[in-house]
Amino acid sequence: MRTYTSVWRIRFLNGLQYRTAAYAGIATQLFFGFIFIMIYVAFYNQATVEPDLSLQQVVAYIWLQQICLSLVMLWVRDPEIFELITSGNIAYELCRPSSIYPFWYSKLLAQRVANMTLRCVPVTIIVLLIPEPYRLTLPSHWITFLAFIVTLLLALLLVVAISMLIYISVFWTMSPTGSVLLFAVLGEFLAGLVIPIPLMPQWMQFITYAFPFRWTVDFPFRVFNEHVQGSELIIGICNQLGWLFVVLAVGYWIMNKAVRAVVIQGG
Amino acid sequence: MDKPIISLHGISKSYQVAIRKGGLKEAFKALIRRDYKVIEALKDISFQVQQGEIVGYIGPNGAGKSTTIKIMSGVLLPDSGSCSVMNMTPWLERQKYVARIGVVFGQRSQLWWDVPVIDSFQLLRDIYRIPEKQYIETLEELTTLLKLSDILHTPVRQLSLGQRMRCELAASLLHKPSILFLDEPTIGLDADSKIAVRSIVKEINERYGVTVILTTHDMNDIEALAHRIMMIGKGTLLFDGTLTQLQQRYGTGKIVQVAYSGHLVDEILPGITLIEQSEEKLSLAVNTELCTVPQCIQWLTAQIEVTDFTVQAIPIEELILSLYKEHAV
Repeated sequence: MRTYTSVWRIRFLNGLQYRTAAYAGIATQLFFGFIFIMIYVAFYNQATVEPDLSLQQVVAYIWLQQICLSLVMLWVRDPEIFELITSGNIAYELCRPSSIYPFWYSKLLAQRVANMTLRCVPVTIIVLLIPEPYRLTLPSHWITFLAFIVTLLLALLLVVAISMLIYISVFWTMSPTGSVLLFAVLGEFLAGLVIPIPLMPQWMQFITYAFPFRWTVDFPFRVFNEHVQGSELIIGICNQLGWLFVVLAVGYWIMNKAVRAVVIQGG
Repeated sequence: MDKPIISLHGISKSYQVAIRKGGLKEAFKALIRRDYKVIEALKDISFQVQQGEIVGYIGPNGAGKSTTIKIMSGVLLPDSGSCSVMNMTPWLERQKYVARIGVVFGQRSQLWWDVPVIDSFQLLRDIYRIPEKQYIETLEELTTLLKLSDILHTPVRQLSLGQRMRCELAASLLHKPSILFLDEPTIGLDADSKIAVRSIVKEINERYGVTVILTTHDMNDIEALAHRIMMIGKGTLLFDGTLTQLQQRYGTGKIVQVAYSGHLVDEILPGITLIEQSEEKLSLAVNTELCTVPQCIQWLTAQIEVTDFTVQAIPIEELILSLYKEHAV
């Protein structure tokens, strides 16, 4: 276990030193948040029927997206791992007395948390202070907030497990572009990052239920929104745990196969 | 003789390589059907290494040196054959096995690029579960041996190649491995760093009895370190023996270089081969079994005026070259 906490630590420290990237990230996140909210404000003004999510809930949904960006976005990736595989540096990882899957998992987890740590505080403070309707509304009860933290953590674990599949696929494809694009475009849509899932037509919502992605974004954000409550919350957490178990098991299994068949590139 | 620490038997490994001719048309064709060529990197390699040996593993590029190292270090799976190192099969008991070996791939890096060297060392300490006391002692020792004290706190990206290689070596020795695999540890280094690398390898071999397998293209490494040389070419083992044996087999001779004036007129003596001749300089290879060096000098002074001469043993590079030539690799 110490191995994995240690690699987590070094990757976290490594991630913390990119200050300029963090400043740029903060500016971009605020910018996109405002743009998206403006669009929804316009839509809601013209709406003839009451949508499933109130404007206030949508605003919270969008800000959470921006605040938790590096936690839940599928396209956040570690080019170092891709390089390890394609350049053959993985030879060194294979010479270590540790299993590669948890090793990389800890790295990826640390990278996301480090990114988030640098950016979330300033963005959160700003979006709590700006005027209505752009302001982020906090949940009315602390239990909701607690439930949000739990579901967000599970979501993070699930996102990393899913992204591990992208890394593993590179063992065969040798280029991350395809897998990343596929996972990012499909995954983000199905996760509710493009349109919040409650605003999708009914049939599309059903499709999203068949994939693990919505448990990584849509679910924790709606818990925060108090759109998901009571027994639905409990069922959701069970779903998250179930998916987490499945994706971890599949990833671990394929990874072992990949390591067996590995060809070290480049002499 | 003791039981060998490393024992390979009939190891073969082949790679599938996609091939296509140049040009747009061929590139499109390859989208539909790809042609593969099977390259046999290793063909039936067998050898044994005893505890405490330093073995120089040499051969031209693409001969299969790195592949052998990777199989022995548990990174690659061979197609057939058996390999036993410290009574373990590397690829079957990978995690248990690699805890007892150290590996340096000269062309790659195991250090974290953006953080100080010491952070990478601490990570390795945790990965190998090295007890704190042992870690501090070993680190101190390696710091003195490899002169690391000034660079331990510098980010790896700001180190020179020589400095980095010394850190890489230290990194692979922190957990006190019983066997050290060095794949081209001196590649691209200046003379000073090469000497530092050699002296540490010698030191750990003598002090702790660490078995070392070393691949290199630098024959000075071999001369300075290796008790034993194995040469591989096109996937097969061509020579296995000591440096002296190699010299006896191919190098019972001397090179005589002469500065002279006059003309060579007499018939050349048996055992002497003319390598190079110009207006005032002459270079001869002398096979000392057929003709001694004094005889050669005598023969020379009889017909030309020798103003200066040097005699040297045939350099090891040329021995290797003649080995390569003999086996046409």
